[in-house]
Parts: sequence; C-alpha cells; structure tokens
Amino acid sequence: MNYFRVVITTNSKMELYQELTKDVRFTEGLKSCMSCGVCTAICPAAEFYDYDPRIIASIVQSKDEEKIEELLKSDVIWYCGECMSCKTRCPRGNCVGLIIMALRALSQELGFFAESEKGRQQLVIKRVIGENIVKKGYCILPENLVPELHPEQGPVGEWIFENKVEVYKRVGANYQGDGVGALRKIPQESLDEISRIFDVTGGFERFGKIEHFSKIKAKSMGFADDTEELTDYINHTFTTNNGKHNRQ
Amino acid sequence: MKKEGKIQVWQDYQKEIADDHYFYVRSCIRQNFFPGSEQTFLKILREELDKDIYENPHHTTCSGIGYHSDIVPFDTIQTIAARQFALMTEAGYQNLAVSCITSFGIYNEIIETWKEFPAELEKVRHYLKEATGREFEIPQNVAHASDIVYKFRQKIADKAKHPLINQQTGKPLKIVEHIGCHYSKMFPCKGVGGAEFPHVLVGMIEAWGGEVIDYPERRHCCGFGFRQYLVMSNRGYSVSNSRKKFESMEPYHPDAIVSNCPGCPMFLDRWQYVIEEMEGKTYGENGQGIPVMTYEEMAGLVLGYNPWDMGMQMHQTNVEPLLDKMGIEYDPELKYANKEGKQIGKPMMVGCGY
Repeated sequence: MNYFRVVITTNSKMELYQELTKDVRFTEGLKSCMSCGVCTAICPAAEFYDYDPRIIASIVQSKDEEKIEELLKSDVIWYCGECMSCKTRCPRGNCVGLIIMALRALSQELGFFAESEKGRQQLVIKRVIGENIVKKGYCILPENLVPELHPEQGPVGEWIFENKVEVYKRVGANYQGDGVGALRKIPQESLDEISRIFDVTGGFERFGKIEHFSKIKAKSMGFADDTEELTDYINHTFTTNNGKHNRQ
Repeated sequence: MKKEGKIQVWQDYQKEIADDHYFYVRSCIRQNFFPGSEQTFLKILREELDKDIYENPHHTTCSGIGYHSDIVPFDTIQTIAARQFALMTEAGYQNLAVSCITSFGIYNEIIETWKEFPAELEKVRHYLKEATGREFEIPQNVAHASDIVYKFRQKIADKAKHPLINQQTGKPLKIVEHIGCHYSKMFPCKGVGGAEFPHVLVGMIEAWGGEVIDYPERRHCCGFGFRQYLVMSNRGYSVSNSRKKFESMEPYHPDAIVSNCPGCPMFLDRWQYVIEEMEGKTYGENGQGIPVMTYEEMAGLVLGYNPWDMGMQMHQTNVEPLLDKMGIEYDPELKYANKEGKQIGKPMMVGCGY
C-alpha cells in the first residue's frame, strides 16, 4: 500500500483539451454537440443548481484552453449527479456526464479541484469512501451512518445505528462475520489484492493528490496545519454551503 | 403512445437473461440499508425457483460509489471489476447476477468500453495480472437481480399467497415503480424494456395482480447524485429531486412505491420523513407516508414471507398500511425484536407525519 507516492505533474504548458482526449470517457461523451439543449432540459442538476450541461459541452468543444481551465477550477463541474439521464436523450449520443467525469479527473490531477467550494469536498469523500474501499472492501459501512452526520436517516436510522449488531443479525446479515453474507468481513488477502490494484492502476496516486492539494489549500485558507488529519478543514468542507450555487 | 406502439418498442428491447447458474455480487448500499432484501432474493432463487446461485466471500465492493464521486480512477474500477470476473471464472461460472444498479451500470460500461477500445481490455488484463496474478473471462450474461426475478415472475405468481390486491376493496393495488437511472439510461439495450419503457418492475407488478401508476416524473432521478448525497452540505439536491417525484405522484394516490435500485428506496423512504419534518407535508393516506419497498420485499410479501424477517422494520416510513391492504398478518410486538424474539428497544418515532 502506498498512499504517499505522489508525483505532481502540474505543467503550465499542458494542453488541457489534449489531456481530456486521453480519457476514453471523454471520447465517448463528446462526439459532436449541436447545442440543442436537450441534456439541460432533462438534467436534475440543471433544475437545482446554476448548471447547464449544454454549456459544458460547448466549452470543451470550443477547445478554448482558458475557458477549460476556468471550468476545471470552478464549482460548476461538481454540480452533476452522474445520473446519466443526458446519455439517453442526446440525439447525437453525447453524454455530458462522461465529459464531467473526465473534467473532474483532470481537475484532481492538476490540483484545481481545491479552488472551488464543491471541489474541496473531494477530500472528505476520499477519507470516508476511499478509505472504506481499500481498508474494508465496501464503499459504505454501518459505522459511517452516525446520526449527527446523517439526520436524514431519522429515528429508525438511529435505532439501527445503536443496535446494529442485533438488527443486522435479525434480518439475516453476517455483519463482521467470516464467510459469505451481507456485511461479512472481507478476508485480508482480498483487501491486499484491492490495495495492490489501487497501487498499480493509479488509485493511490489520485488519493495522494487529493490529500496533497487539500493540505496546501487548508493552509492557505487559515486552517492551521492542525495535523495530518485536517479535521477542521474536513468539517468545514463537509458542512459549508455559501448559498450561491442554486438556480434562482 | 398507443399500447400497440409500446409493444413494438418493447420488442426492440428484449433482453437475454440467463436461466440458471449465477455468480452473485452484492450491493454496498443494499447490505447497509436493506440487507434482508438480498437474503430474500437468494431464498427465492434457491428455495422457490430451485436455482444455483453462488457467492464467493472474496468478492468486494465494485468501488462504484467512489467511481461516481470521482475519487476512484477508471483504470482502478476496471481492474476491480476484472477481479470480480476472475473470481467468477475461477468458480466455473459465466453468468453474473448483480445486486446493485450502480454496479450493473458499471459492469456494462466497462464491458462496452472493452468492445470499443480493445486496448483498455489489454491494459486491464495486464494490471490484474500484475496486482493479483489472476486472469478472467468476460461474463457471457450480466443480469441485474431484478431481471432474474422478472424472468421468473410467473412462477412466483403461481405460488402467490398475497397478490397485490387491496383486500378491503378487491381492487389492484396502485403502485409507483422507480427504475433507478443506471439500470438502462446509459445502455438501454441492457435493461428489460430499455430506457423508454423499462418493463422489469411493471412485469412483476402486473403478474402479481397490481396496477402500475404512470405519472409525469416517473423516470426522474431519486436524487442520489453520489457526491450530492454523500456530503452533508449538498443534500438539498437529493431531497429536492425526491420531492419533485412525490409531488408528481401524489395526485394518483399510490398505495406503495417499489424500487429497482438499492439506493432509491432508501432515499424515497427517508426523504418522506425529512420533508414532513421540514414542511409538514406527507404524501400518503391519512397523513402518513407512502410505503416504500424493494422488489425483493414485494416478491417476498407476495410469497407470504414474514415482513420482519425481510427487514421491513428498517424502513422509516411505515409499511403497515400496505401490509394491512394486502391482508398480511404480522405481529407488531415482534417488529423491533432481535433474532431470539427479545425487544431491542424501539425507534423514537416511526413513519412520518404522526
């Protein structure tokens, strides 16, 4: 496991559009946009946020490097919910959701994600979901559903959280047990394989970049280098909403 | 569109679903929120349908929630998927049965990517070999678990103890079905009925005696949005999308909502509670919420399974109004009991709005 093998490749001369084309999802997602706006009409994010997937396609198709860089540093690319409703509706088979995934990957590669409020949330997602995947073999776990952080889970969610061993046993799960079944303990040799996959495929490299650029940003925002944990910064990114993201 | 036209479109989206011998891969969200549904699915396949379905304890998350919240690179998730395929290959199986819609969409995305970009497949074979020493075959058939229930819906209907009929009125229960975006919006040909007329839940509901409600926002996303739910300050996105659906379905007075996707029933269940807390608004009868169920729970109820064995006590929105309409007997005292029948405390409040 190598969390800290970070190679910083920020290169001011990097051609952003060319970088995007190296991602097969970008190639699949942007064939030829005629800017009809059907993607925007169907998009759940466009209804909620100040977000327009048609404009995203238009900007990347223009190959305007300045505008692409602006996009990579903005909140806008983090508004999409990746539901992929745009894929079904586009008359030319484009998929802005895939373009967004390529943009987000590049934004993290270059550290630009830390320049926006929504982008900075990548650290807390990495710390929870990312660590769960490599250390436990699950994306989420019952232990994550702390009532204070998940009030939407309601009183039943709180009851489950407080009685998780008995509740999961009652409904036939094998919580933290050996062998098969829901919520079983994933064998260590399998977790070791997942870690090696992250190592050889660049998964840990991305984790490292999220950590690295977040640390720099936390310092510049006045969050004293409070430890490796960056607890205050994480709490801030998890709960802060400047109220300027929504469609008015 | 007239019914004849729908039938024609439907014929364009037939999907081959393997008949037997499945390699089962679980869902992270299902295991956390409705693990009894996965148990119910396995019980139906093994005990009611006499099918062979195998689970290997070494399979892991597909990492899909990480992928769709963009912390997991495409190369990484492709290789994790390849590892699942390797476990399947090593166990002698060719048919993948997927519990999760997110995973189902990802497996389809990856397999289609390999067809279109063969270099990606070669790269992933190399990565997997280097990381684990494993090799794999691409599954011959990828079915979502609901596809399999759909395929055998008539056999389940033949054994029905509680059809989807309101026992108080004798009329079919009016049911809203929610498909889950990644089932067929990305690859319509991979879902029963495609993206326009997904039939996977409709087929179950109609075979078991119920009536499907068509309403304007039927295909709208539940609002999960991955990072839009995971991060607390983004959750307005999630609840707003569910609310849009509730407002749209309310005039049709549904008796229940059934969902295809692991995450959607949790959101459609929990957000009803939140909306009541925020706005005092409820969408069901008598100031209550609309009961939400998974398709496994729906099949289990039809077959006469105990709702508490299936984990229906893990819903925030009360399911009792639905059980009462179906004429299902249940012991309210055992709802919050442990496996040995002893009480383990009760939630401070159940349901929404009363």
